[in-house]
Amino acid sequence: MIVHLPILQVIIPLMAAPLCLLLTRPRLAWLFSLIASGLAFLISGMLLQQVMTSGTIIYEMGGWEAPWGIEYRIDQLNALLLLIISALSTIVLFAAETSIHKEIPADKHTLFYVLYLLSLAAMLGIVATGDAFNVFVFLEISSLSAYALIALGQDRRALWASYQYLIMGTIGATFILIGIGLMYQMTGTLNMYDLSIRLPEVAQTRTVFTAFAFVIVGICLKLAMFPLHLWLPNAYAYAPSIVTAFFAATATKVAIYLLIRFTFSVFGLSFSFTHLPLQLLFVTLGLVGVFVASTAAIYQTNVKHLFAYSSIAQIGYMIVGFSISTAAGLTATLLHLFNHALMKGALFLALGAVMYRIGSTQLSNFQGLGRQMPVTMAAIVIGGLSLIGVPLTVGFVSKWYLVLAVIENGWWPVAVLILAGSLLAIVYVWRIVEVAYFKPALAGTETIQEAPLSFLIPVWTLVIANIYFGIDTRLSVQVAQAASQSLFGVSP
Amino acid sequence: MKDLLAVAMLLSIYGLLSASFFVAMDAVDVAFTEASVGAGISTLLMLVAISMTGRAEHPSRHKPLLALAVVIVTGSLLIYGTLDMPYFGSAEAPIHQHIAPRYINDSMQEIGVPNIVTSVLASYRAFDTFGEVVVIFTAGMGVLALLSVVRRSPVDIAKIVLFNDAMHERHLILRIVTKIMIPFILLFAFYVQFHGDFGPGGGFQAGVIFASAIFVYTMLFGMNTARRVINQSFIQVLAAIGVLLYGCVGVVSLFNGKKFFDYSALAIDPVAGQHLGILFIELGVGLTVASVMVIIFFNFAGRNETPRNSDKQDL
Repeated sequence: MIVHLPILQVIIPLMAAPLCLLLTRPRLAWLFSLIASGLAFLISGMLLQQVMTSGTIIYEMGGWEAPWGIEYRIDQLNALLLLIISALSTIVLFAAETSIHKEIPADKHTLFYVLYLLSLAAMLGIVATGDAFNVFVFLEISSLSAYALIALGQDRRALWASYQYLIMGTIGATFILIGIGLMYQMTGTLNMYDLSIRLPEVAQTRTVFTAFAFVIVGICLKLAMFPLHLWLPNAYAYAPSIVTAFFAATATKVAIYLLIRFTFSVFGLSFSFTHLPLQLLFVTLGLVGVFVASTAAIYQTNVKHLFAYSSIAQIGYMIVGFSISTAAGLTATLLHLFNHALMKGALFLALGAVMYRIGSTQLSNFQGLGRQMPVTMAAIVIGGLSLIGVPLTVGFVSKWYLVLAVIENGWWPVAVLILAGSLLAIVYVWRIVEVAYFKPALAGTETIQEAPLSFLIPVWTLVIANIYFGIDTRLSVQVAQAASQSLFGVSP
Repeated sequence: MKDLLAVAMLLSIYGLLSASFFVAMDAVDVAFTEASVGAGISTLLMLVAISMTGRAEHPSRHKPLLALAVVIVTGSLLIYGTLDMPYFGSAEAPIHQHIAPRYINDSMQEIGVPNIVTSVLASYRAFDTFGEVVVIFTAGMGVLALLSVVRRSPVDIAKIVLFNDAMHERHLILRIVTKIMIPFILLFAFYVQFHGDFGPGGGFQAGVIFASAIFVYTMLFGMNTARRVINQSFIQVLAAIGVLLYGCVGVVSLFNGKKFFDYSALAIDPVAGQHLGILFIELGVGLTVASVMVIIFFNFAGRNETPRNSDKQDL
């Protein structure tokens, strides 16, 4: 079965989704989804190991070789993403049963798991595939399931948030499709590797330029990159807690992956960064994004909104690392991708626990939570420290590599701005700490208890991962470096 | 255009026109899909949605200037992009030079299906088609999760029945004509389903045609009559089974030691295996598409029949 690992990675959660619908008991459906997601995690671990030891794995669907059929092409970059997605999905799913019990009506629980599995499978599919059109197909699955999952939020505003996301997401997906169509027209192929060989021949044409523009703008919409980020805060804030934790940790990472894959592998470094003023554009937008979103985060009254804006800021850091377009910069982006998944997974899951106990994530309701829910609040504090980039947490590691990469490139002002951005993070994290620890508890909230174990276990797993990978960086740095070097080695 | 009904109709005409464009470009399979989906079922669904919400568009307070600018930039970029395209129908175009020749020359030996489009979508790129089926399944699940009808009290149901019966008694001629048409529509759906190997057609179109027969029946005979014929939870199971059937074809090839969706593992003779595989996956596609369409329609229409909205129901 070892040869079939790449396809099993995607097909297990994908097939589990319709099976899950047939299990009408919600508890059974939860257990079943947990097992499916856990298996996907196991497989992604094995794949990563295999890729690190023996290089790129190619799997041809239906036995048809590449440009004619669809192939899965797993290199270090995909393997890292697959691991992040399936790991976070499994950990978040662990708390799902308790959390949705309070947030979603009982007759929709089974459907929730079906959609969750579809969304997981689709993200894994986007990452694993080596075919540009296949990316679009799985992007559609992931978007549709995401809209439905977000709209399941108990607040009525969730519907509006989901609708906004639907419009923006559909425009993004259509742009990507137009881009892929134009590329197909100029090269006659949909396979990414094949495209990377055939595109340079026609690189000077206006059609390829247009294709590139459409693909990049489409991905940036999905990515919620700074000027195109408007759908994200509400979508994250009003979705069910589990969904927020899952998407904050994975969905934008998939979009970053696509950005890297298309610019570095498909179009190639020389096309992406020398023909166009992309570098200047991205570094500016990335930095402006960091500052605008961090400042917006400071003024939020809902903690979910606050962390959603902080996510947009963190995307800004990843974009800065990406725009350096050196192996070191890409390593920093990939590291931050991994680390940010850990931070935001922990933070939003802990918010889910708060939601479970007090039924709201308004900052004013956090008063006195430091004493009432000490374990959960400690997790939020450590997650926040990691977000700021305090040493001994993962946040420090990624900032460190990012600043090093920027300095290596001689961009001193950018390095200064990155550090200044972290100061803003201190402000918004401090606001939560202040309310939770230094304000007296509200009247009538004495009965609030610590979150149940089904929350604390996954939250603390992530928090410990935040600290562990902040100290022992061998795994994350090694994989990120291998991935970025492979991209620079392969790209023409 | 502020009248949404007219917008839906125009969209349907647009669908039909683009279907005829596709015919003119010799893409009959695409034309067939566009005609049945773009002009047919999506219009029906839009009409149901309009009957749920109302015909007139709310006046918008936004200034459309920014949107207009974005549209102009996008449009001009698209036109700019066409400047260097190969000419339409040019034999030197890359799409005709690179991978298409193998599909055209060898698919008959490799797969043995006269309709090359079916070979490509059901075998060479079977995984994409699987993805598309899952997209449709996801859409159905999304609609179920958001719109599924809440249970009503018996009194409410009695009111609805009275109301519906009163409405549906009116269209006598339509009812009789439809009653005669429905068997033929269903038969045509089966023809499209199983003839997809030889001519334009396949599971997607067949599923949509099959579902539209049920739509028409429901529209003229009322939800309650239709509910007696079609069990809601059974339809959900069917939608799941369609996806599973498709996926299981791939899993069987896995267990036979071949790659996922390698149909040659299904029979001793590889070409016979391809035939069998395509038959099964098309069946899975048809099942899922038809049941998801019915799920979406029933959930839309089911919300519509609450007495509160009854005055609007004049479709």
